[in-house]
Amino acid sequence: MSQGVLVISELSDRVFRKVTFEAMSEGRRIADHMKGNLATVVIGSGIETVANELKKYGADKIILVDDPTLSEYMTDSYTNVLADIITKEKPDVLILGASAQGKDLSARLSARLNAPLAMDGVAIRVDNESLIVTRPLYGGKILADVRLEGKPQIIAIRPNSMSITECENAGLMKSWDPVVGKTDLRFIEKQVETGKVELTEADVVVSGGRGMGSNNFSILEELAGLLKGAVGASRSAVDEGWRPHSDQVGQTGKVVSPGLYFACGISGAIQHLAGMSTSKIIVAINKDPDAPIFSKADYGIVGDLFELVPLISEEIRKIKQ
Amino acid sequence: MEIVVLLKQVPATESYIGIADDGVSIKTDDIKWVINPYDEYAVEEALRIKEAHGGTVTILSVGPQKATETIRTALAMGADQGILVNDPTIATRDGLSIARILAAVLKSIPFDLIIAGQRAIDDDNFLVGTAVAELLGIPNISLIIKEDIADGKIKCHRTIEGGTVVIESPLPALITTQRGLNEPRYASLPGIMKAKKKPLDVKTIMDIELDRAQETASVTRIVALKLPSERKGGRIIQGDSARAKAAELVRLLREEAKVL
Ligand SMILES: Cc1cc2nc3c(=O)[nH]c(=O)nc-3n(C[C@H](O)[C@H](O)[C@H](O)COP(=O)(O)OP(=O)(O)OC[C@H]3O[C@@H](n4cnc5c(N)ncnc54)[C@H](O)[C@@H]3O)c2cc1C
Ligand SMILES: Nc1ncnc2c1ncn2[C@@H]1O[C@H](COP(=O)(O)O)[C@@H](O)[C@H]1O
Repeated sequence: MSQGVLVISELSDRVFRKVTFEAMSEGRRIADHMKGNLATVVIGSGIETVANELKKYGADKIILVDDPTLSEYMTDSYTNVLADIITKEKPDVLILGASAQGKDLSARLSARLNAPLAMDGVAIRVDNESLIVTRPLYGGKILADVRLEGKPQIIAIRPNSMSITECENAGLMKSWDPVVGKTDLRFIEKQVETGKVELTEADVVVSGGRGMGSNNFSILEELAGLLKGAVGASRSAVDEGWRPHSDQVGQTGKVVSPGLYFACGISGAIQHLAGMSTSKIIVAINKDPDAPIFSKADYGIVGDLFELVPLISEEIRKIKQ
Repeated sequence: MEIVVLLKQVPATESYIGIADDGVSIKTDDIKWVINPYDEYAVEEALRIKEAHGGTVTILSVGPQKATETIRTALAMGADQGILVNDPTIATRDGLSIARILAAVLKSIPFDLIIAGQRAIDDDNFLVGTAVAELLGIPNISLIIKEDIADGKIKCHRTIEGGTVVIESPLPALITTQRGLNEPRYASLPGIMKAKKKPLDVKTIMDIELDRAQETASVTRIVALKLPSERKGGRIIQGDSARAKAAELVRLLREEAKVL
């Protein structure tokens, strides 16, 4: 029998990232296909209670690595601990989220284990013993199907691109003594804005561009707030100093795939489209009827965003009542 | 301070990318080639570190012969010397395979700090820098927007979802760049003139010792390329007033698109 699938879950302040549930759901589907098990590793400090949550997503086994030295993600300690687990558990397939942590960790594990890696996968299909992963190249201008030859096959999945399916399972908890090994990196501090919806995981993104004219993004924040979404920006808005770099959407910024994307005062340059064209529904608001963004948007309104956005918020408030 | 920048030549962001007849590679005829934007930040940061701490900046690239052009651009910005591993088959290599070549070269030259881009905007792999660090057995800190070097250590601000983490590493180490780290300088005219005379060592892939068994044990192989389904330009919402348009949009989002 196949050794199955191992999902590396990810916690942020003892709460699972949404992409972990996406990875679990995908992992369950692949494990069933391969007639193997789905195991998951939960790694951190003081995390036993939260680990139980993964039973709901079809885990046959939950490997709990609960250790005070692992409270923060550090490339070296996490790579050492996970490489040890993978070497002993021998999964055929390893899945994790392509978050800041997941990208770093998967690249390091790929080199350590000499294992093939598909980064930022948006779809996975099983083809005999191996997997075919679809991943965007050239800022999404091309999609590649890649075959992973070797073991374990590592897939880091792009947040928000695969669906979440619940399926209760045994979820046998197994504590694991971590082999932390030699480490060089030292954690100094962390600053995270709490309560802010992460751009790459948001279901709704409201972005503003040069058309915003200033750093006052309050009407976009209001609309995003109503929809529990996040605010993004074009590179021009970031270059003007109106928004932080971390808000930039595009080929040299973040790639987002929300269910609903609003482009407000954004012309639709190819580098911007590279960061948002996989959104399910795109709405464009622009006063220029010839703005290229309209040719990519599902719904467009020609007009002044300062007039339109508050009215849209008002209409949404009506239906939410 | 010996600083090595890993630099890849990639198609400019505005390039049209078409699929070649073989179905697994892209058409390269009409492409304008540039330094990977994230590697430009790496060159700039290396120059700033050199300005503050002294030392040399070496540009290392794996690519076809024409990649010497982008290495020259980095030399014109102020880097001291370049190394190209001329590999006409680069397009068929996966990230790990490129990392193995880079690591093999790095084992033969001195370095205190290696700077790579977070990702190359052609394969969008986010892999090579971090993998090189692993293959060399040195620590890496990825996605950084700020660094400070003192007493043989580098302290970096790494971006994560919704914030930053500050991490310190002993040197030698590898870091990868994030937008916000710096604004890359342009190559000046005197810089361009000087660059022509700077050393650029072109090796062939035959000069690199690669472990065949390792190479074949792990491959991420492109089996097909396809174009994403074209987004159809949708509907421009009409209405007598801004209010009417806003109401119609919200109705469509709710009833037709079902996203509200
Ligand atoms: C290497 C490289 C990388 C890049 N990476 C990125 C990236 O990651 N992300 C990115 O976004 N860009 C990126 N760019 C920049 C990109 O080419 C564009 O310059 C940028 O996206 C333009 O931003 P914008 O649409 O906000 O501004 P503009 O193109 O100036 O558009 C502003 C729009 O606002 C509209 N407008 C103005 N006032 C109003 C109003 N009151 N109401 C409604 N509409 C209004 C105008 O009609 C116009 O269409 C990159 C460029 C390069 C060369
Ligand atoms: N062929 C190459 N030559 C030199 N450096 C490279 C090469 N490919 C990737 N890199 C480096 O690794 C980074 C990440 O690339 P990638 O993993 O391909 O997204 C790039 O920004 C470069 O710094």
